[in-house]
Amino acid sequence: MKNIKKKLMAILRENARLTSSQLAARLSISTEQVEQLLAELEASRAIYGYKTLINPEALGEEIVEAVIEVHVTPTRGEGFDGIAKRIYRFPEVRSLYLMSGGSDFLLFMEAQSLKEIAKFVTEKLATMDGVQETQTHFLLKKYKQDGVPLDGEDSVERLPVTP
Amino acid sequence: MSSENMQQGSSLTRKISRRVAELPPSGIRRFFELVLATEGVISLGVGEPDFVTPWNIREEAVFQLEKGRTSYTSNYGLKELRCELAAWLERRYSLQYDPDSEIVITVGGSEAIDIALRAILEPGDEVLIVEPCYVSYAPVVILAGGTPRYIATKQEEGFRLNIARLRESVTPRTKALIINYPNNPTGATFRYDDLESLCRFAGEHDLLILSDEIYAELTYEGVHVSLAALPEAKERTLLVSGFSKAFAMTGWRLGYLCGPAELIAAMVKIHQYTILCAPTISQYAAIEALRNGDADIEAMREEYRARRNFIVKSFNEMGLRTLMPEGAFYAFANIESTGMTSEEFCTRLLREQRVAVVPGTAFGPSGEGFIRASYASSFEKLERAVEGIARFVRK
Repeated sequence: MKNIKKKLMAILRENARLTSSQLAARLSISTEQVEQLLAELEASRAIYGYKTLINPEALGEEIVEAVIEVHVTPTRGEGFDGIAKRIYRFPEVRSLYLMSGGSDFLLFMEAQSLKEIAKFVTEKLATMDGVQETQTHFLLKKYKQDGVPLDGEDSVERLPVTP
Repeated sequence: MSSENMQQGSSLTRKISRRVAELPPSGIRRFFELVLATEGVISLGVGEPDFVTPWNIREEAVFQLEKGRTSYTSNYGLKELRCELAAWLERRYSLQYDPDSEIVITVGGSEAIDIALRAILEPGDEVLIVEPCYVSYAPVVILAGGTPRYIATKQEEGFRLNIARLRESVTPRTKALIINYPNNPTGATFRYDDLESLCRFAGEHDLLILSDEIYAELTYEGVHVSLAALPEAKERTLLVSGFSKAFAMTGWRLGYLCGPAELIAAMVKIHQYTILCAPTISQYAAIEALRNGDADIEAMREEYRARRNFIVKSFNEMGLRTLMPEGAFYAFANIESTGMTSEEFCTRLLREQRVAVVPGTAFGPSGEGFIRASYASSFEKLERAVEGIARFVRK
């Protein structure tokens, strides 16, 4: 059962839009079983959302993304979790990770402009209690995200009939 | 002018050897032309993986090219590759082959079949071929001067070997037997018992066995038992395999032939005069495949398994009796319920639904009444193809 759940998640991770009957075909189980498994996975938050990979630049839209290294002072009792929560509750923060190495947090955010990011960093983040230092890196170009190359892969045509 | 050309054409035609002129054209080739001429076809006629070679293997080839590894290798193939292959064959199939004398790296499994047959056949020697089977066995036997004798396998027998039928066809001129398992096109494989009785039969008649195990890594039920793993079989077995199917490396043209040293030496004689060595860069890539390819093989096999379950279930639901293939990536469906011949079914399916499958007759006389559908295609394509076939069958 665990194995089939893992397979189901792996398939959905590649394509979350498949219907229950398509998933059933891929797993050699019934549609009802797929729905049951999905309900269980969602309830346990093994699956905690379905989102779409988007590239707004394809529509000519400019977006600015930044990765920010954040040094903080952990607090007694809460460690890093308290300050992490204060940071990630800002909706512009898309991802936040506690890291080993030079900085404590790695924060991913996106905005309409460089100015907006600067504003967030200088007004909200750097001035927050417990935040010691920030280093902001702007993304210049994305090559691959969530396992998908943004330029797409060259497709190679096979001969239609071979022995 | 045209008559002059025709004159010249026909005199040139006369220069073609009778053996080649009389060789029947491949049934697949004709169908291929038909498919090419039709637009927007979903093809389940493809006999190669739909995966591109894993990147680590491609990257290794690029690296070796940059280093300038562009010269010939030993006739037998790179020593490093043969050693790696011997270790791999032992690890995966408990086979023991000496990398110095019992393994030759060839240009695909195709060359291995060719040099093996050419090295052993005298004019008039007969070769038993278990069919339905890969299209090139019989022509290659003929080109090597031998005479092919087809041995039928049947759906109601699970496309398994029928030793009694083999016995009926054996003559004093029979020199060898060609088997292929997991089988293209039936998907059947042979178990230990099948191989044991085959081996006993071959011993009684002193036959060599050319065992084409190119699909061995794509075995879905149980484990693949290599013929040469049977102690009494090894001395009469010529093992043909390659990298195409296991590692999705068809275009690299790399295979191998393993067998007793005396026989391999004779086959290498042909190989050295006609090929010299298999492509060097492919050989370097293959070393990487053998060292770090297990996870990719596993992932591809699991994907094929899911597609197999889907397509076989779909065929049976629409009344095309299809056995669950135990290996390879083909579903061999019985279309007798439609009242059509294989040719007719495939031609009309192509014209009416733009779905291509291959008539079973391309793989031998026992293929009549069957079609071969390859599931080496994305699930999306399989789903659309199955819908088309279901609409066609309902009509």
